[in-house]
Amino acid sequence: MEAIKPPVGDPANDETKLVDAARGGDVGAFEQLIRRYDRNVFRIAQHITQNREDAEDVVQDAFLKAYQNLGQFQGQSKFYTWLVRIAVNEALMRLRRRRPERMVSIDEDVKTEEDSMPREIADWSPNPEQLYKQAELKEILSKTIQGLPPSFRMVFVLRDVEGLSTEETAEALGLSVPAVKSRLLRARLQLRERLTKYFRKQRNGDTKQ
Amino acid sequence: MKCSEFLKELTDYLDDSMDAHTKEELEEHLQWCHNCYVVCNTTKRTIEIYRDSELFELPDDLRNRLRAAIVDKCHHAKRETPDT
Repeated sequence: MEAIKPPVGDPANDETKLVDAARGGDVGAFEQLIRRYDRNVFRIAQHITQNREDAEDVVQDAFLKAYQNLGQFQGQSKFYTWLVRIAVNEALMRLRRRRPERMVSIDEDVKTEEDSMPREIADWSPNPEQLYKQAELKEILSKTIQGLPPSFRMVFVLRDVEGLSTEETAEALGLSVPAVKSRLLRARLQLRERLTKYFRKQRNGDTKQ
Repeated sequence: MKCSEFLKELTDYLDDSMDAHTKEELEEHLQWCHNCYVVCNTTKRTIEIYRDSELFELPDDLRNRLRAAIVDKCHHAKRETPDT
């Protein structure tokens, strides 16, 4: 079976120059960096906060904070990884503000070994893309991922949706590499389990749920 | 190899980040274990379907508005001085 290849990111050859110029106060250069990563930051923020207004605020605050603190950026990591870390923290802050009754933390390690054991074992056929209209499919995917514990959701979104490496995901979330791998496995298996309930092979006479 | 052992390695297998020997063992398991084959296949599809889903796309008008607001704030922002 062919391995999943992470999507190729934007070429980073001119990025150091843009970051250097922005650090020197060139807002035009910083605007280029915004254009490069605003869609990613918005997606990550919306996945974490699950709220569009919060996600809009996170995009603004994260980029502004990045601009203000570029002097602290050492260039040991990629600019994008550094930016994602700022955005994740801003998003978590908003989530906590909105739901103060629930402790939400990156460190939260939910013990759900049992929940990760596959129970629904059925191939997906026909393809979900054929089975559902695009809007319906988006609704299913959105609802399903929202059901994951936030600490699993963040790892899955950064690693599998945004295509950060395991090491970059660990850096952006301030987690160890083994912690990222363990959560990623459980996140992937839990999503698979839940999606299979929608997408499992249709037998004659079956109707979709 | 037991199915539970296969599952533990699934993430590294899908990411193709393992040594050749372990990979061979896993692929041998996949040849005869239908359940693990299905779980592996549908997990791979799970990743692909989310990656291709275009969930939470940023519409152009909102994107332009946000960028203009950020740029405006940057022009007026106080900046931290570097440590060094």
